[in-house]
Amino acid sequence: MAEYKGILVCGELADGKLASITTELLGCGRKLANELKENLSCLLASDAVGGAPKEAIAFGADKVYAVEHPALKEYQADSYMQVVGKLVKDISPRVILIGQTSMGRDLAPRLAFRLGASVTTDCLDLRIDPGTKLLVQTRPVYGGNAQAVFTSESMPQMVTVRTKAMSPLERDASRKGEVIPTKIDIDTSKVRTKILETVKEEAVGIKLEDAPVIVSGGRGMGGPQPFQTILKALADLLHGAVGASRPPADNGWVPEGLHIGLTGKIVAPDIYIAIAISGASQHTAGCSGSKHIIAINKDPEANIFREAEFGVVGKYEEVVPALTNKLKELLAG
Amino acid sequence: MGLEILVCIKQVPHPDHFSEIRLDVGSGHIIREGVPAIINPLDRNALEEGLRVKERFSGKVTVISMGPPQAQKALEEALAMGADRGILLCDVAFAGADTLATANTLFYAVRKLGKFDLIYCGNETVDSGTAQVGPQLAELLDIPQVSGVQEVAFVDEKTLEVRRALEHGYMKVRLKLPALLCVTRGINRPRLPTVQSIMEVAQKEMIIWKAKDIGAPPESIGLKGSPTCAAGVYEHKVGRRREIMQGSTEEQVQRTVARLKELGAI
Ligand SMILES: Cc1cc2nc3c(=O)[nH]c(=O)nc-3n(C[C@H](O)[C@H](O)[C@H](O)COP(=O)(O)OP(=O)(O)OC[C@H]3O[C@@H](n4cnc5c(N)ncnc54)[C@H](O)[C@@H]3O)c2cc1C
Ligand SMILES: Cc1cc2nc3c(=O)[nH]c(=O)nc-3n(C[C@H](O)[C@H](O)[C@H](O)COP(=O)(O)OP(=O)(O)OC[C@H]3O[C@@H](n4cnc5c(N)ncnc54)[C@H](O)[C@@H]3O)c2cc1C
Repeated sequence: MAEYKGILVCGELADGKLASITTELLGCGRKLANELKENLSCLLASDAVGGAPKEAIAFGADKVYAVEHPALKEYQADSYMQVVGKLVKDISPRVILIGQTSMGRDLAPRLAFRLGASVTTDCLDLRIDPGTKLLVQTRPVYGGNAQAVFTSESMPQMVTVRTKAMSPLERDASRKGEVIPTKIDIDTSKVRTKILETVKEEAVGIKLEDAPVIVSGGRGMGGPQPFQTILKALADLLHGAVGASRPPADNGWVPEGLHIGLTGKIVAPDIYIAIAISGASQHTAGCSGSKHIIAINKDPEANIFREAEFGVVGKYEEVVPALTNKLKELLAG
Repeated sequence: MGLEILVCIKQVPHPDHFSEIRLDVGSGHIIREGVPAIINPLDRNALEEGLRVKERFSGKVTVISMGPPQAQKALEEALAMGADRGILLCDVAFAGADTLATANTLFYAVRKLGKFDLIYCGNETVDSGTAQVGPQLAELLDIPQVSGVQEVAFVDEKTLEVRRALEHGYMKVRLKLPALLCVTRGINRPRLPTVQSIMEVAQKEMIIWKAKDIGAPPESIGLKGSPTCAAGVYEHKVGRRREIMQGSTEEQVQRTVARLKELGAI
């Protein structure tokens, strides 16, 4: 049996640059690599990788495998699988880290299947068991009501990691590493899906997943209007984004993309402000990773007050505009 | 002619009752007695898609589930929604399956059932939610697969154009049948059973198969076929410092501003 060694991060590019999830995976991978005293590698595959390999080194990689091919312009399972499959065979990593992104969610289970290995998806915490050197993997289950810990003896040890669950290292341009341009042939006849178009839906303002502050509204907002006025004013002031629980999305008050929770987006901002949201577990499943949760609700018994560290009992129509005004005054000096 | 359509469904505990699921910390076992079970919500969307395709092109919709004996109820509900035939894969040998063993089990059953033009899965389940079973089953069957499906349009009876959700937008892809699609919530509104359709359930075919019926090798199913090992499940508690403010709006606003300052938001 081949010897499995080192950590491999399956990197992603976003708009031609190293994606933030990849910097997070590198941060986590660096720690694991240090514990194992092994190398940290990163795969970057695209039609053109540009400056991303250097960036990956600045964020902690020892080796970057750069694969360029026209068929890799956009992620497609059938073409990426060929690249990742070949590289994994060549370098036999002990651990493979993949982002819990639309690419990773698709790629990881297939790769695991091909390698006959297990994969644990959506991990929040990873460490190495010092005795067995196996990866100890923690992931949420039952919509975040519980966490489960997994290990597996199959090699390589594969996981996908939730965005924002790990911290990137401080960027250090003086860090040393090796970029290895790697040629991998892709049999395009094996690519059975054909991309017709890719459409970016531009979020107005800051993207939900990247926002340091999220001002989120629930059914208690009563309609679409207050999302665009009262909530947006507060969000703008805090350089944040507006989000929602599921009912506003179901009712068409806000676009589906703003829906947070078990069946929507999972976010982990520094501050999550939940306004007129009751705090159902299916909602908090999407925001419980936030560093701080503030709740505003007229019902003192609302469950959201059990999740929040700071709560205001009151009507949002009164509390939020007053809060926004006070902040404005303060910022105006 | 018509299309042969397969819909994979999993019975899961009702999400409203997740907080009632108790965990035996010693053994790591999950105690879910008294917790009602439902069809995994996205699997209803998957079934609705299957039924619509059948209504358009004619054909047959089979629903399949691997699970304990009570999962038959989920299949009956699916039949009441309009599926033609239910397959329950039920055997102690299947117990303890991880996603790979689950995909293997489904694969052997599909192989026994014969050819399918379209297989629908939910994108993920609400209980364990790994989103792995669909892609892995497609790998086994060696057919194209798309996750995050928001919309399906038929170009002709053999060609699909599928809209797949991405982080910040979507992608449209074209593929040929046979194919496996994992659907998301927005794709449709699942129908409710009618009185008439509920009465028809008893006349429909329900097959229960054990491991030997589908010729699944013991080493590829159940706990034995599962490389993933659960080391424990524990309750998730966030230890947050709490302060809940009642009182006048002015006071509340002042405290909130102070807190936002403390947190570095301004
Ligand atoms: C399978 C499944 C998946 C689900 N997935 C999700 C999901 O991903 N995300 C999600 O959010 N939900 C999800 N849900 C729905 C979830 O169970 C709740 O129904 C939902 O989160 C409730 O949304 P809400 O808090 O906005 O509304 P409600 O529960 O109706 O709460 C409204 C709140 O607003 C307060 N309020 C009313 N008026 C005012 C006012 N003027 N000022 C201040 N407060 C006011 C009320 O006191 C109340 O607490 C899911 C459900 C199921 C079954
Ligand atoms: C709390 C908990 C945590 C778990 N964590 C893991 C884990 O991290 N890794 C792991 O390998 N296993 C895990 N398991 C086991 C896992 O639930 C089973 O392998 C299960 O059969 C499929 O996984 P899933 O529910 O995540 O399905 P997903 O891959 O999320 O399901 C996608 C779709 O596949 C179809 N499908 C899934 N299961 C079945 C089925 N039994 N019959 C028919 N169709 C089905 C449905 O269409 C479903 O919508 C866990 C189980 C529990 C209860």
